[in-house]
Amino acid sequence: MEFGIFTVGDVTADPTTGRTVTEHERIKNTVTIAKKAEEVGLDVVAVGQHHNPPFVASAPTTTMAYIGAQTERIKLSTSTTLITTTDPVRIAEDYATLQHLLDARMDLMLGRGNTGPVYPWFGKDIRDGIPLAIENYALLRRLWREENVDWEGKFRTPLQGFTSTPRPLDGEPPFVWHGSIRSPEIAEQAAFYGDGFFSNHIFWPASHTARMVQFYRQRFEHYGHGKAEDAIVGLGGQVYMARRSQDAISEFRPYFDNAPVYGHGPSLEEFSRETPLTVGTPQQVVERTLSFREYAGNYQRQLFLVDHAGLPLATVLNQLDLLGEVVSELRKHDAEAAA
Amino acid sequence: MTLKLADDSQSPDVRRIAVVTAGLSEPSSTRLLADLLGEATKAALLEGARDAEIEVVELRPLAHAITDALLTGFPTGDLAAAVESVASADAVIAVTPVFSASFSGLFKMFFDVLEPGTLDGMPVLVAATAGSARHSLVLDHALRPLFSYLHAVVVPTAVFAASEDWGANGVAGDLRTRVDRAAGELADLVVRRPALHRVDPFGDVPDFASMLGS
Repeated sequence: MEFGIFTVGDVTADPTTGRTVTEHERIKNTVTIAKKAEEVGLDVVAVGQHHNPPFVASAPTTTMAYIGAQTERIKLSTSTTLITTTDPVRIAEDYATLQHLLDARMDLMLGRGNTGPVYPWFGKDIRDGIPLAIENYALLRRLWREENVDWEGKFRTPLQGFTSTPRPLDGEPPFVWHGSIRSPEIAEQAAFYGDGFFSNHIFWPASHTARMVQFYRQRFEHYGHGKAEDAIVGLGGQVYMARRSQDAISEFRPYFDNAPVYGHGPSLEEFSRETPLTVGTPQQVVERTLSFREYAGNYQRQLFLVDHAGLPLATVLNQLDLLGEVVSELRKHDAEAAA
Repeated sequence: MTLKLADDSQSPDVRRIAVVTAGLSEPSSTRLLADLLGEATKAALLEGARDAEIEVVELRPLAHAITDALLTGFPTGDLAAAVESVASADAVIAVTPVFSASFSGLFKMFFDVLEPGTLDGMPVLVAATAGSARHSLVLDHALRPLFSYLHAVVVPTAVFAASEDWGANGVAGDLRTRVDRAAGELADLVVRRPALHRVDPFGDVPDFASMLGS
């Protein structure tokens, strides 16, 4: 079981001060946060890919390489790599290069992106989201597994005798997760290839995540990759902690109320009830996180969102200290369960 | 959303009618009209030897939840139950007050949070209330296009009630006639249409080989 953090790289004003960090600060903060994540004992840090404001994270492999050069142990991943609007040839090259530089201390999570206007900037159409994800990934797999690829598809220039370089380290392509909030087709794709399936989890009710994960597990077994309970599942989570739960709630409320995606909508209490959002003590986070297994089964990767909605760097670093405690508790539970 | 014929064993003689009403005052003439239409539809179904359950969905207490669902993308609590009630009904009666030459914003927002396909093939009776009969074309210029877009089957008679239709001695004769005619049309559609139930959307995912080949 791996524990880590994932970020989308949003530049959002701090609602308590009105201050917005510069892009430079946000990028540097992402690196500081990743180094802190390693220091407190997390296993994974995942960075986003977006091509529109208010996000700064347009070049994930550059950021990952920079973080990787300053860390020893933590695995670098993405949340997500856009398989729809990024040329699969560039994904093959960028991530294979990264794999060499990081001595395989990386993997990636593919996602479609749900911002309609971004697609035409890259010559694509959001209505082709699923077919793009399917065709582009089928090509990406071949580029990592075959030399001299002859290929023709709907969405990019044909290839004749193309060899993607560098070849994957030791001939072993990077591990791939397929991320989705609500498309069963993506769970089907992950199951077909025996890849990992990551359920975003944080924006929708648990009942929905339970069905997506169950569907993926069934199809994973159907395609002969192993038993359903051994399928490779990852889940998102979202937390804000303080020593006293009432402090956590009062400190986080202004960020929640103004957050991108769900701000100005349901109350913090309602959203906490309906989604995995947990605002409270580290012990409450431990208990809530353990409860995910009741509907998702045993799973392999848990990533928490801790750095969005304008939370200042000092607060995020403090959250990571607390998250380190949470993760060490969760590991004790795992060790006891395995014993 | 795919629809398929229900198993005959599922109590074929009881039909569920969801009545969506967007009135804001208490009591509201919109709710009065909704209740009249519900009762008349139940009576018409009983004539055809079908029993009916009427489920009223009042939108006013769901107003906050509907706004939240627009922002988060998923309905919760009582709203989730209301959405399910409409989605699993055999017919829908939709009644709105006229606001600014159209259905009310709250009425539209409820139908905006339904998943695409929820009303595919659904028999729907549309009705509206206003202070003056001069608004009555809202039924044909706003409500019918909305439900046509949603692929519902709207019965030919739509019912409009203005203040003058609520006579001192109860419902005026003309309104009663229109209510009964519309209810009869809805009941006919419901009786002729086999009971439907929705298929699990996860059951509709194409096999991956066919997605790869397409």
